[in-house]
Amino acid sequence: MSAEHAHSDRSAEHLERAFRELLAEKGIISDAAVSERLEFMYTRTPALGARVVARAWFDPGFKERLLEDGSAAVTELGIDIRGLRLVVVENTAVLHNLVVCTLCSCYPRMLLGLPPDWYKSVEYRARAVREPRAVLAEFGLSLPGDVTVRVHDSTADMRYLVLPARPTGTDALGEAQCAELVSRDAMIGVALAGSPSNVL
Amino acid sequence: MTPRFHPGEAVRVIDKASAGHVRTPRYIRGKCGVVERICGEFRRPEESAYGRYGGGRERLYRVRFAQHEVWPDYAGPAEDTLDVEIYEHWLEKREAGP
Repeated sequence: MSAEHAHSDRSAEHLERAFRELLAEKGIISDAAVSERLEFMYTRTPALGARVVARAWFDPGFKERLLEDGSAAVTELGIDIRGLRLVVVENTAVLHNLVVCTLCSCYPRMLLGLPPDWYKSVEYRARAVREPRAVLAEFGLSLPGDVTVRVHDSTADMRYLVLPARPTGTDALGEAQCAELVSRDAMIGVALAGSPSNVL
Repeated sequence: MTPRFHPGEAVRVIDKASAGHVRTPRYIRGKCGVVERICGEFRRPEESAYGRYGGGRERLYRVRFAQHEVWPDYAGPAEDTLDVEIYEHWLEKREAGP
């Protein structure tokens, strides 16, 4: 980490603390509410999103509802998403989806936890909309010209989750085993779901 | 309030300067796309970011743009697209013409 980076991180930390303490002092938020929220966020990991994806692979009816209304379908699984407005976009043999937030770092945290640092970087945010195929190639995913690339810029109130295509050779696997093939990156759209050799 | 635009309708993002907290990226202003869906109604970011809220809500759309419309020198196939969420007050009807 550069000295400049270390400095800006410290400043942000001071600012956050000052702001939080002021809000608590004025009775707008309580320390207990902040702790509760932090504890809740620690329970959010990509495993939740992977569970949703595997369910969609196994249950066509669920998949249909998930693509129609992501928030309602996920709630149906008993996952608490606290007001998340979810749009699920499906990868197929001819369509590949990629998610970015050019304005900041909007991300489906309720299902994937905190975004990786690269997702928040200026480079990814600028280039994912401008040259998505080059960005995907750098992630190791070179898509042929007959696969359409659809980029989603989460500029406002919706959050996006990519439903990766189910890998071939997974017919013998159960739903939980299939969920293990679904990485965070596959649900952002910079990777495909893993091959079954990884879990067998 | 009925939506001003409907899925499948051609729209243009209003090209104007803005100050403060705005959720319409500059790169998409002035570009033409097609309404993909109506997302719902939300507080105007230009107001809610500053704690102002008069009770009104703004309709949000998901608009699909051809990458070649957004970036004339885009290197990929003509079918590649970009979806962006745009509030109703940032959209206008696309006039006939080129």
